[in-house]
Amino acid sequence: MKSLKELEQIKQKTLDAVNLRKERTGGTRVVVGMATCGIAAGARPVLLAFLEEVKNRNLKDVSVSQTGCIGVCRLEPMVEITRPGEDKVTYVNMSADKVKRVIAEHVVNGQVVTEYTIGAAQ
Amino acid sequence: MEDISLHLLDLAQNSISAGANLVEISIREDREKDHKWVQISDNGKGMDEEQVNKVYDPFYTTRTTRKVGLGIPMFKASAEASGGKLEMISQKGKGTTLLALFIDSHIDCLPLGKMEETIAALIFMNPEVDFVYTHENNCRQFLLDTRQIREVIGEVNIADPEIVNWITIYIKEGLEELYGGV
Repeated sequence: MKSLKELEQIKQKTLDAVNLRKERTGGTRVVVGMATCGIAAGARPVLLAFLEEVKNRNLKDVSVSQTGCIGVCRLEPMVEITRPGEDKVTYVNMSADKVKRVIAEHVVNGQVVTEYTIGAAQ
Repeated sequence: MEDISLHLLDLAQNSISAGANLVEISIREDREKDHKWVQISDNGKGMDEEQVNKVYDPFYTTRTTRKVGLGIPMFKASAEASGGKLEMISQKGKGTTLLALFIDSHIDCLPLGKMEETIAALIFMNPEVDFVYTHENNCRQFLLDTRQIREVIGEVNIADPEIVNWITIYIKEGLEELYGGV
């Protein structure tokens, strides 16, 4: 059972990690579309899957955030990923399973998962 | 929307767009009466009477980027599909409250869905906003108040992945207990 005491321990653990995170700037940005269209299409598990992967892999220079409607509601859930110094890549029809691959191949290793991108979906 | 928790995730974002820094979500399940009450209240900028009357219209929105506003009309449709209803009280400058009734046993009543994911996502997306989540099932109650969490974690960001993960599991376990540990 989770307790507030355990939360206290997590606090201690994260304080050091957070300090590390603050020192780095210009990391990879992950943006998930979380408007009504995105939520209805399944953006919530996608957002939480990114968060889970960032936590499990202890990725210090990756920031996950949300935005409103990206503009192509039929292709939601959509995710935009920008690695430092590279062009933005837009992924469409995302799912929690696809997130794992995108994190491993694109965010960590710099190889865009072309088959999931908006270009492949047209 | 597939379930009530997804509606709540969407509607709470309206509260935050309205400038709220406190959003209260409460669910009250009454098995005997076959009622599921879902309430979301905020201290945002509220609406005047004219806006309240227009808000059920899917082609009304205050946004300028698009011409549709589907969140509230879809929530109303979901409640009514189960034989329930949606009521809204809003006061300019004070905030807005949405109260929906779902008739639990109706074949078209949406399931509740993963409330722990909705609350965790809301906290992660809006670390500067406080959330109070209460859930009553018959006589048992579960409560999560981000102000209490902040007291424990001090200067640590509530949106830190470790904290959000803790919150998700804390709610999940709390709800399992609420339903008798099924």
